[in-house]
Amino acid sequence: MDTIRAFSRHPSGMIGLAILLVVLVLAVLAPVLYPEDPWEMVGRPFAPPLTDGFLLGSDTLGRDVAAGIIHGTRVSLTIGVTSTLAAVLIGVLIGAMAGYWGGRVDDFLMRVTELFQTIPGFILAILLVATLGPSLVNVIVAISVVSWPPLARLTRAEFLRLRGREFVQAAACQGETPLQVVLRHILPNAISPIIVTGSLTIASAILIESALSFMGLGDPNAMSWGFMVGAARTVIRQAWWMSVFPGIAILLTVLAINLLGEGLNDTLNPRNARSGRH
Amino acid sequence: MTTSASGAQGHRGIAVALAILGWAAKFIAVVLVIATFAFVLVKAAPGDPAQVMAGQTGAADERMLAQIRQEYGLDKPVIVQLGTHLKRVLTLDLGFSYRQRQPVSTLILERLPATLLLTGTAFLLALFSGILLGTLAGLRAGKWSDTLLTVISLILYAMPVFWLGLMMVLLFSVQLGWLPAFGYQTIGVTMGPFARMLDVASHLVLPAVSLAAIYLAIYTRLMRASVIEVAHQDFIKTARAKGLTQSRIITGHILRNAILPVVTIAGMQASALVGGAVVVETVFAWPGLGRLTYEAVMQRDYPVLLGIFLVMSVLVIVLNLVTDAIYRLIDPRVTTRATN
Repeated sequence: MDTIRAFSRHPSGMIGLAILLVVLVLAVLAPVLYPEDPWEMVGRPFAPPLTDGFLLGSDTLGRDVAAGIIHGTRVSLTIGVTSTLAAVLIGVLIGAMAGYWGGRVDDFLMRVTELFQTIPGFILAILLVATLGPSLVNVIVAISVVSWPPLARLTRAEFLRLRGREFVQAAACQGETPLQVVLRHILPNAISPIIVTGSLTIASAILIESALSFMGLGDPNAMSWGFMVGAARTVIRQAWWMSVFPGIAILLTVLAINLLGEGLNDTLNPRNARSGRH
Repeated sequence: MTTSASGAQGHRGIAVALAILGWAAKFIAVVLVIATFAFVLVKAAPGDPAQVMAGQTGAADERMLAQIRQEYGLDKPVIVQLGTHLKRVLTLDLGFSYRQRQPVSTLILERLPATLLLTGTAFLLALFSGILLGTLAGLRAGKWSDTLLTVISLILYAMPVFWLGLMMVLLFSVQLGWLPAFGYQTIGVTMGPFARMLDVASHLVLPAVSLAAIYLAIYTRLMRASVIEVAHQDFIKTARAKGLTQSRIITGHILRNAILPVVTIAGMQASALVGGAVVVETVFAWPGLGRLTYEAVMQRDYPVLLGIFLVMSVLVIVLNLVTDAIYRLIDPRVTTRATN
């Protein structure tokens, strides 16, 4: 309860939460607000905003930009959250093993993590999606494969810090199995920085997704913001609105999540507040 | 891993040799692992590997497929195939693009200079302007500079780099008409070498600034915090008490110490920078490896994609080496930077 109260007094965190709630409501209401398929050509192509009944204009094929943005919200949020959950799972598993066992296991796992941080993640994601085929699942796989290293490093550091603490040793002495010690004593104490980093990972996942679909590697059946900007790129001289509005949608959503994450960081980890990310 | 340089000259020589050896070992290991990874990926791709290598759109005829199968030894056991593959990579043979009918290394070498120019410019621009602006903001530490920097970096952090690029095109090219929006140089005009250089530079401005913007914001913020922290330490008070001038204190004492964390972070972000270049090149039709990536994606040209992946990873390692060198230049105590 204290945490909730502290968070409610965090101005930028609350702004982030407010924007995010609006985005969530729009995502939920998408089928009500724009019941027709966002791929449907519903009017004159190249209609500027507020003409022909288009709030945000129409695109090169006469599709409604506003409908595309609202439906794209669902795609971006789904991919952002799902790929982050997968990345957290991989990262925590690897970080926990490295931090708990230490020694050679730690050495090996950290080498692997370091390698993944050396490889340009975005190019790896492109390669993965291009090889496995552009589908929602493969995009999620690709994003989680390139997003887990910071989470693994963080979890490892937390486990190293907690492993030697007295309450953990006491639990081990009482005959709890390593799994019980990890799940009941170490992980609960390491969870709040993981939550914070995880929330920021959602934001970067949404950015990676938008860049992938900008490059033409999104799921061809899912209307997404990056795809809209990518498709409008070549006509930017004639039709600014086609690329400006979807970009603002990305900007606002990612900004909201980052603000929320920073708010969570300041309230959940008051000691290392404002220590920056990664 | 950190060794002290305070020893005799011989020790220093050994330490440097060890560092170079360690770096070379890491380099080869990374290349081999990436090559193995690429191999596994092609194996994991749905469909016939020969078909995959030829490009998925089905343009390959039976004779070409047979040739690919023979060339890559696809009829041999997997482990033998992997061995052949790694041997090729180590001899800088990146394979053949069946779509473009050229060796991959030729295609990549053609595009590499443009990418090096773009990423190099963006990297140095972000680093030096970040250090400069951050120092100015830190020396005149006040609430407004902090707030302004925080807001700018928050917004840049949330902005997809391709969209930032497009918005810059919209503003500086379409609206104001100051700078060219696309390409590497003006085509179809003959000009002298100096005019040509200026022409390329004017084409470089928008992509380089788009790519550098977010890092510029990060480094400025970091440098500001670092300058403020160093400026309050005791040795600065000593320097001031000694009667050193303000400019000597700033250049000789504060900057030297405050730059170190910025350089470390810059090295860590090299891989993100190189990834960003792919998107920026796509936006600005910059004829580098990023643009080649886009074309290869469109044509599902795997040999080219795998080659780019390998070369870009090497580029990250080189950028890491550059930041390492800068670090050493600033802080002579460090001979080998600790890896953790």
